Amino acid sequence: MHTTVTLLADAPAQLLPARQLMAFTLASHIILVPLGVALPLITLVMHHRGLRRNDPVALLLARRWSAVMAVQFAVGVVTGTVLSFEFGLLWPGLMGRWGGVFGIGFGVEAWAFFLEAVLIAIYLYGWRRLKPRTHFLLGLPLPAAALLGAFGILAANAWMNTPQGFTLDAAGKPVDVHIWSAIFTPMFGPQYWHFVVAMLVTAGYVVAGVYAVGWLRGRRDRYHRLGFTVPFTLAAVFTPVQMLLGDSIARSVFRKQPVKFAATEMVWRTDTHVPEYIFGRLHPDGSISGGIKIPQLDSVLAGFRPGTRVTGLTSVPASDRPTATQATLAHWAFDLMAVIGSLLLLLALWYGWCRLRRRRLPRSPWFFRGAACAGVASVVAVECGWITAEVGRQPWIVYQHMRIGEAVTATRSTSLWIMLGLVMAVYVFIFGSLLAVLLKMRTGWRLADARPAAGERHDGPETDTPYGPRAPVPAGDPPSPGGPGAPQDEDGRP
Amino acid sequence: MIAAVIAVALLLAVAAYACAGGTDYGAGFWDLTAGGAERGRRPRWLIDHAMAPVWEVNNVWLVFIFVIMWTGFPTLFQTVFSAMWLPLALAAIGLVLRGAGFALRKPLRRIAGRRLYGAAFALSSLLTPFFLGAAVGGIASGRAVPGTEASAHAWANPTSILFGLIAIVSTAFLGAVFLAADAARFGAPDLVGYFRRRALGSVVALAVLAAIMLTVTRSDAPHIWHGLTHGVGLGLVILAGVCSLATGWLLLRRSGAWSRITAVGVVAAAVIAWGAAQRPYLIPTSLTVAEGAGAPSSLRWVGLVTLVAVVVVCPAVAFLYWLDTHGELEPLSGADLRETGLRETGPRETDTERAEPGRDQPPVAGHAGTQTPGHGGTPPPGHGGTHDPSRGGATDPNRGEPENPSP
Repeated sequence: MHTTVTLLADAPAQLLPARQLMAFTLASHIILVPLGVALPLITLVMHHRGLRRNDPVALLLARRWSAVMAVQFAVGVVTGTVLSFEFGLLWPGLMGRWGGVFGIGFGVEAWAFFLEAVLIAIYLYGWRRLKPRTHFLLGLPLPAAALLGAFGILAANAWMNTPQGFTLDAAGKPVDVHIWSAIFTPMFGPQYWHFVVAMLVTAGYVVAGVYAVGWLRGRRDRYHRLGFTVPFTLAAVFTPVQMLLGDSIARSVFRKQPVKFAATEMVWRTDTHVPEYIFGRLHPDGSISGGIKIPQLDSVLAGFRPGTRVTGLTSVPASDRPTATQATLAHWAFDLMAVIGSLLLLLALWYGWCRLRRRRLPRSPWFFRGAACAGVASVVAVECGWITAEVGRQPWIVYQHMRIGEAVTATRSTSLWIMLGLVMAVYVFIFGSLLAVLLKMRTGWRLADARPAAGERHDGPETDTPYGPRAPVPAGDPPSPGGPGAPQDEDGRP
Repeated sequence: MIAAVIAVALLLAVAAYACAGGTDYGAGFWDLTAGGAERGRRPRWLIDHAMAPVWEVNNVWLVFIFVIMWTGFPTLFQTVFSAMWLPLALAAIGLVLRGAGFALRKPLRRIAGRRLYGAAFALSSLLTPFFLGAAVGGIASGRAVPGTEASAHAWANPTSILFGLIAIVSTAFLGAVFLAADAARFGAPDLVGYFRRRALGSVVALAVLAAIMLTVTRSDAPHIWHGLTHGVGLGLVILAGVCSLATGWLLLRRSGAWSRITAVGVVAAAVIAWGAAQRPYLIPTSLTVAEGAGAPSSLRWVGLVTLVAVVVVCPAVAFLYWLDTHGELEPLSGADLRETGLRETGPRETDTERAEPGRDQPPVAGHAGTQTPGHGGTPPPGHGGTHDPSRGGATDPNRGEPENPSP
C-alpha cells in the first residue's frame, strides 16, 4: 500500500483524469472495431454466396448487414477521430518526443482508412445502380483495407510495448530513426495476428448471436439458419487458431516484456517451478490471496518445463513496475480472456462435431444459448485483452523509455475532469442511440418479414431483381389499406 | 529541403480538408438556418442526400493532417495541442456530435428525435469550424510559442476570433455553392435559387470579413499581414479575390456549373496564401519549418506514405465523387431490406410507425408530408430517381418511380 500512495503522490494531478478519459474513449471505440474490421468480410462472404447460388435470402442478409455496417461505421469514424485528437490533447509529451519515430504507423492507418471509407461508401450506395459483379468486385478490397488499417494501429501499439529503431542523443532525444525496425518490432507480429483473428472471431459470434436469439425464440426459417451458420462457421474455424495465437503472444510477452508477464501472472519473485494462479489477488507485500493455485504450471506454460525461470515483479524497482492493484487488474483481465476463449473453443468444437460428423446444426437449446452469449463474451474478451496489454505495461507509456507521467498534458486536472464528464455524457447518448437505431432496424425488418402478402404486392419485382433500377409501380394501383408495402422512406432504412 | 516538401504536403492537406470538410460543415450550417420542421424540410432533405455518401471520406482529411503533423513536425503538434487545448477539445466534441447526429438522424422517424439529432448536427457544424479556425488564428498570430501551456490568450484574441468567423462563413459559402449544384442534380429547381441566393450572400460576407482581417492582422499578427500583402501571399490573395468574383458571376448566370470549381479555388487559395505568408515559420517568429522538423528519415517516410496516399487514395476518392455525381450511388430503400415472398404465411401486423407523419419526406411542394393509407393513386415519390432528374420522381408526386421497367 505504501508504494502505491507514494507513486500516486508523485504523479501529476492531471494524470488520473487523462488516463480515465483515454481508457473510456478507447474502451468505447474498441466495441465498434470488430464489426468495422470483420463485418465487411462476413458480409462479402454472404454476398458471394448470394450471387454464386442466386440465393435471394443470402443477398437480403448481405444487404441488411451492409445497412448495419453503415450506421456502425459512421459512429466508428467519429469515435476514432476523437482518439487522434486525444493523442495531442492528453499525451502531447508522447507525440512531441516520439511522434517522429512511431507516428508513421498512423500514416499507413490514415490512408487505409481513407480507402476503407471510400470503398464502404461505394459498397453501401452501389447496390442498386452498379452491375452485380462490379459492385461485388468493388467491395472485395474492403477487408484488405481494414487489415491494412489494423496494421498501422498495431504497429504503433507494438512499438510502445517494445520500442526500437532509434538511438538517443545526449539530450535524450531520439535520433537516427530506422522506420522499418520501428514498425516491425518484436511484439508486432504476435499482437497483429492475435488482434486480427480476435476481430474476425468476435464479429462472427456477434452477428451469429443475433440469429441464435431468433432461433431460440422459434424463428427457424432459412433466413435465420443462414444468418447464423455463415458467421458462426467463420468464427468457429478461427477459434482454435486464436487459442494458439494467444498462447504464442503470451510467450512473446514472457520473453520481450518480462515484467508485464510477471504482472499478468502475478509472479512476485524471480524463480523456477512457479505456480499458476487462476484469479486471486496480489498484495503490495507480494502475498497472494484467493484464487486457485496450480503448482509448477506457470513455468511449464512459459517454457514447457517446470525448471523454467520466470522473472518476478521485484526484479525491477517499485517505480518501474505495475502496482499490486494494477497487476491484479491485468491478471484478472488476462484470466477472464483465457476463460472466455476456452469456453468459446468448447462451443466451436461442439458445433464442429455436429457439422462434420452428423451434417446438421446442434439440436440442444443449450448450444444456441451459448451461441447467443458468445457475441457479448467475445467483446468482453477483446476488452480484457486490451486491458491486459495496456495495464500490464504500467507505468510506461513507451516501455522503459517514457513514463505516463512524463507524457501527460499540463492542462489543469479540473478541465480534464469536466471533459471526461462531457465525453461520457456524449458517448452514452451516442452509443445508446446506436443501439436504439439497430434495434429499430431489426424490428422494422421483422415486421416486414412477417407480412409477405402485402409486401409481395408492391415489392414483388424486388425479390427477383435485387439489382437494377426499381420496377415501376403501375399507375392507378392504390396501396392496399393497412399496409402500404412500398417504402416511403427516402434514406433506405425502415 | 525534405522538411519544406512535407510542410507543403501538410498545407495541401489542410486546404483539402478546408474544401472537402468545409463543404460538409456548410451543409450543416444551412441545415441550422433552414427554419422549422416544415419550412426547412426541403433544404434538409437535399442536405441529407448530398452529404450521405461522402461525409465520412471528407472527415478523414483531418486525421491525415494530424498524422503528418505528429510524424513530420512533432514539436508543432505538441505546441498546438498544449496551447489550444480548449478550442481543440471542443472541436473534438463537436465532431462527435456532428457525425453521430447526422448518421443517426437518418434512420429516425419521429419528429422530436429528428429535431434532437438535427440540432446536434447543425449546432456542431457551426462550432467545430469556429474552434478549428480559432486554433489556426492562434497559430497565425504567433501566440502559441513552444512551451506555451493551455491559455485563453492563445485562442481568444482578435485574430483567432476573426479566423473562426471566416471559417464559418467560408464553410457556409462552399456549402451553398455545392448545394445549389446538387439541387440541380437532384431535380429541385426551386432549391437551386434558394442556395444560389445564400451563396451570393456568403460571398459578400466573406469579402467584408477579409477586409476586416487585413486591418486587424496589421497590428495583431504583423508577420502574417506582411506575408499576405507582399509577394506570393499577395498573389494568392488576389487569386482568391478573383475566384470569388468569378463565383459570384457564375452564380448570377443561370447555369453555374463551374461555380463549384471557383468556390474551391477561393478557399484553397486563401489557405495556401496563409501558408505562404507564414514562410519560413510553422508558427510565426518562434518555430521555423527547419526547427520543427522531425528526424530526416521520418520525414522521408511521411513523404513516401503521402505519395502512396496520393497514388492509391486520390483515384479512389475521385472515383467516389464521379460515381456520386453521376447518380451511380443510391441509398437502399426499405424494400431492398425487406424479405418478401420468402415465406408462405405469416401473421399480418400493421406497422404503426409507417403511417406516422413527419417522416423524411421527399421535397414535394404542397405535399404535406403525411402519408396515410389510402393516399390513393399516388405512389410514394422519391426513391429511385433521386440522383437523376431524368428518372424523375423527386419533384413530381405523380411520377415517383422511374419509368424504366425492370429487366
